[in-house]
Amino acid sequence: MKRASIIMIVGALCLLGLFAFPLWNIMLGAPQYPDPLGMNIHITGIQGVSEFDLQNIDGLNHYIGMKTIPKADEMWEFNVFPIVIIGMVLLGVLLGILGYLGKIDYRYFLGWFLLMSILGIMGMYDFNLWLTDYGSNLDPHAIIKVINEDGTPMTYKPPLFGYKKLLNFDVSSIPATGAWLMFVGMALTVVAFLVGWKSTGSHSSHQNHKLATS
Amino acid sequence: MKKYSLYLVAILGSVLFLSGCGDQNGKASSNGALASNNAEKVYVAPGEHDEFYAFMSGGYSGNVAVYGLPSGRMFKEIPVFSQFPTNGYGYSEETKPMLETSFGFIPADDSHHPDISQTNGELDGRWLFINGNNTPRIARIDLKTFETAEIIEVPNSAGNHSSSYITENSEYVVAGTRFSVPIPQRDMPIKDYKGNFKGALSFISVEPETGSMDIKFQLIMPGFNYDLSHPGRGKSHGWFFFTTYNTEEANSLLEVNASQNDKDFIAAVNWKKIEEYVENGGGTMVPANYTHNVYSDETHSATSTMKKEVLTVDPTKVPGAIFFMPTPKSPHGVDVNPTGDYIVGNGKLSADLTVFSFDKMIAAIDGKKFDGEAYGLPILKFEDVLAGQVKSGGLGPLHTEFDGQGNAYTTFFISSEVVKWKVGTWEVIDRKPTFYSVGHCMIPGGNSRKPFGKYLVSMNKITKDRYLPTGPELEHSAQLYDISGDKMELIYDFPTHGEPHYAAAIPASILAPKSQKIYKLAENEHPFATKNVSDARIVHDGNEVHVYMAMIRSHFTPDNIEGIKVGDKVYFHITNHEQDFDVPHGFMMIGQKNSGLLIMPGQTKTSVWEPKQEGVWPFYCTDFCSALHQEMQGYVRVSPAKSNIDLSWSLGE
Ligand SMILES: [Cu+2]
Repeated sequence: MKRASIIMIVGALCLLGLFAFPLWNIMLGAPQYPDPLGMNIHITGIQGVSEFDLQNIDGLNHYIGMKTIPKADEMWEFNVFPIVIIGMVLLGVLLGILGYLGKIDYRYFLGWFLLMSILGIMGMYDFNLWLTDYGSNLDPHAIIKVINEDGTPMTYKPPLFGYKKLLNFDVSSIPATGAWLMFVGMALTVVAFLVGWKSTGSHSSHQNHKLATS
Repeated sequence: MKKYSLYLVAILGSVLFLSGCGDQNGKASSNGALASNNAEKVYVAPGEHDEFYAFMSGGYSGNVAVYGLPSGRMFKEIPVFSQFPTNGYGYSEETKPMLETSFGFIPADDSHHPDISQTNGELDGRWLFINGNNTPRIARIDLKTFETAEIIEVPNSAGNHSSSYITENSEYVVAGTRFSVPIPQRDMPIKDYKGNFKGALSFISVEPETGSMDIKFQLIMPGFNYDLSHPGRGKSHGWFFFTTYNTEEANSLLEVNASQNDKDFIAAVNWKKIEEYVENGGGTMVPANYTHNVYSDETHSATSTMKKEVLTVDPTKVPGAIFFMPTPKSPHGVDVNPTGDYIVGNGKLSADLTVFSFDKMIAAIDGKKFDGEAYGLPILKFEDVLAGQVKSGGLGPLHTEFDGQGNAYTTFFISSEVVKWKVGTWEVIDRKPTFYSVGHCMIPGGNSRKPFGKYLVSMNKITKDRYLPTGPELEHSAQLYDISGDKMELIYDFPTHGEPHYAAAIPASILAPKSQKIYKLAENEHPFATKNVSDARIVHDGNEVHVYMAMIRSHFTPDNIEGIKVGDKVYFHITNHEQDFDVPHGFMMIGQKNSGLLIMPGQTKTSVWEPKQEGVWPFYCTDFCSALHQEMQGYVRVSPAKSNIDLSWSLGE
C-alpha cells in the first residue's frame, strides 16, 4: 500500500505540468502560411505558438466574422480551471499521504480518478461549446459568407480532436504536453489503485490459503 | 558569335590569343547530354532554395541586386545610392537623409565593389559594404534586413574606386581614390597636376558590435590613380595592397599618356603601423566637409550629420609603412590568395600575370633593398619581390579569385575568357571563353580565407547575342561556371541589372536563419508612429497637416479626411500594423509628386502631399494585400484656402 500511495502522489503531482505546458494545440496551415499559425490553449489563457500568431489568426478571422480570440480575463474558465487543478492536486496528494499512513484504503484512489475524469469530461464539453460558439456565432456583417451544399451557412468550428479542412486551411487540434502529463498522472492513479488492490488482495488470498490448509 | 572577340583580337594583332584559344568553341558544351546535365546543376525546383546569395553591384544603377546561385534568380534589389520608387527609398521623409552629401542631395551613383564582413578572415554575414564611385561614399547594408543602414561620404577623394574592401576582422573598410585631386580642393591650373594633386586612401573603421563607420585616417599619397585594392590575410593581415596607374601623373589623354611607363606600382600599405602612429597622436586633423548618414531600425528614420574634420597622414612621416612594388603594364586588379602568401597584380595591357611573394616583400624591406623612391616612398626591386609569372596566353588580365584548393581564376577582358591556373607552379590548367568582355569574376567567399570553390560567376560587359534583343541596349550578362572539377564548365548565363562590377556571395545557410521577417510594432520608435489605432489623428500646424494613419488588411485608419485646404502641406505618417512576414502595404495619393511608399510590417513611413486643387481626392494601397485589397482606399477632401471647414477624420461612419 505504501508503494501505491507514492504512485498516487506522483500521479496527482503530474497535473502541475498544466501550469507549465499547454493543454491543447490548434494549428492552422494554408498555402500562404507555409509556417502554420497556431494557438496553444493553456489552463490560464490562450497563447500564440509564434509571437504574432494570435494577431494574425484574428486578422484572418475578421473576414469571416469570427470573434477575436479571447484574452485570459474574458473567459471564466481561465480563472476556474487553475483552481480546480490545484484542488485536485492537493486532494490527490492528501489521499496519497493518508493511504501511506494507512488511514484510507486504495479505493479512494479510484474515487479520485473518477472525479478527475468527470471534471475532465466536463472541461472538454465546455471547451467544445466554446469552439462551437467561436466558429459558428459569426458577425452578420462578415465580408465572406460561405454556404454549405445544404444551404446552411458554413461554420468554422475547429475540430475538438483531430484534423479538419476549413476552406483553404488545414486545421489540426490535438492534446499538448500538459494534457499528456495529465493523462499520465491520471493513469498513474489507476496504477496506484491496482497496486494497492493487488497488495491487499494477495495478502488476503495468502490468508485464505492459510485458512484452507489449517 | 565569335566574331566580336576575333575582331578585337585582330585589331590588337595578338597572335597569343589566336594560338592559345583558337580552338575554343563556346557552344560545344550546350549539346546533348552535357547540356541536360548542366540544366540539372542550375535547376532549383519550385519551393526549393538556392545554395548561395550573390550580391552584385548595380554600377550606374547605384544599387545592389541579390541573386540566387546556382539558379541566377534575382531575389531583390537593394537601393543604396539612388532613389527607388518601388519602396520610396530616397523619396520618403525618413530616407531622404541617406542621400545627403556635402554637395547636397545626390540620388545617383556608380556602385562598384561589394564586400561581406568577416571575422577571422571568414564571411560572417553581418554586413555588406559597397562604394559609391562618383560622389565618394561607402555604404553599409544590414544583412538582417537587406536595407542600407549607413552611408559615409569620403572627403578629399574622387572616383572612390579602390573600395570597399575590408580587412579580415572587418577592422577597416577602405575607400581609395581613383582620381588624384588637389587636397584641399582649390582653384588651380590642371596642367600643374604633377606633384600637386594627391590621392587619398581612406581607412574607415567599423565598430565591431554595431558596424558603425568612421574615417579613422586618410593617407595622402602621391598623385597617381589608385585603381583597386585588397587586404592582406593570414600572415599578410595588417597590410593593404593598392594598384596604381598613371604614375606618369599625366593630366590629359591618359589612354596614351598614362601608359608610357612599362611598370606602375602596387602600393603595399602596412595599416597596422599607421594605426599605431595615429593612436600615438600622429597625423594632422584638417578641415573637411562630409556627411555621415545613419538609418535606425527603431525610429525607421535616417539622420544626416555633417562632419567637419578628418585626420590625414603624410605617408613619409611613417617610415616602414608604405612601399611600392613595380608591376608591369598598368595593373588593374590586385588580389591576395586565401593564405595571404601571394599578391597577384594584373597588368591590363599585358598578357602575363605578375605574382608577388609576401615573404619576399618582407625580406626585401628588412634588407632595405630599394630601387629608388617616389615622393619619398621606397620602391622595391621587381625581381626581389617577384614570386612568379603566369604566362597565360590571354590578353587584358583584370581580376583574380581563388577556389580555396590552390587554384586561381583570372578574367581577361580583351580575350574574353577565364583562365584557371595553379598558385605556386603558375601553370595554366584550363581556360574558358566568356560572352563577352569579362570584368570581375567572383567565387563565393573568394575574398576571404575560406572560399566556397564550387561556382564562379563572370560578370561580362557586353551581351550581344546571348539573349533575345530588346532594343539597342541589353542588360549585362553574368555567366555561371561549375568549378568543382579540373575543368571549368559553363553551365548557365543570366542577365544582371545595371552594370555589375563585382559581386560577393555567401552560403544561404549563414544568412537565411538571421533574416528579419517583420519589425515589431511595439519597438517602433518613429516620432510620428501610430502604434494604436485609437491614436490615429490629424494635427494642424500652420499650413502643415500631419496625418497619423494606421494600415492593416484591408483598410486605412482614418479613411475619410476633411478640412485640408489648398496650399497645405500634408504629411502622411503611415504605420503598418501587420505583424506577419512579407505583408507590406503600399500608399499612393493622387498628385503625390515624390513617390509611393511601401511600408513593411511594423514600420512607419512618411510621404508629403501638397494639394493644389479643390476636390475630393482618393488614396489607396498599392501592394496587393488581401482579397479586399481593392477596397483598401480612402478620400481626402480639399477645400479652398480660405474655407473654414474644420479638420475632421473618420473610419466606418
Ligand atoms: Cu494593402
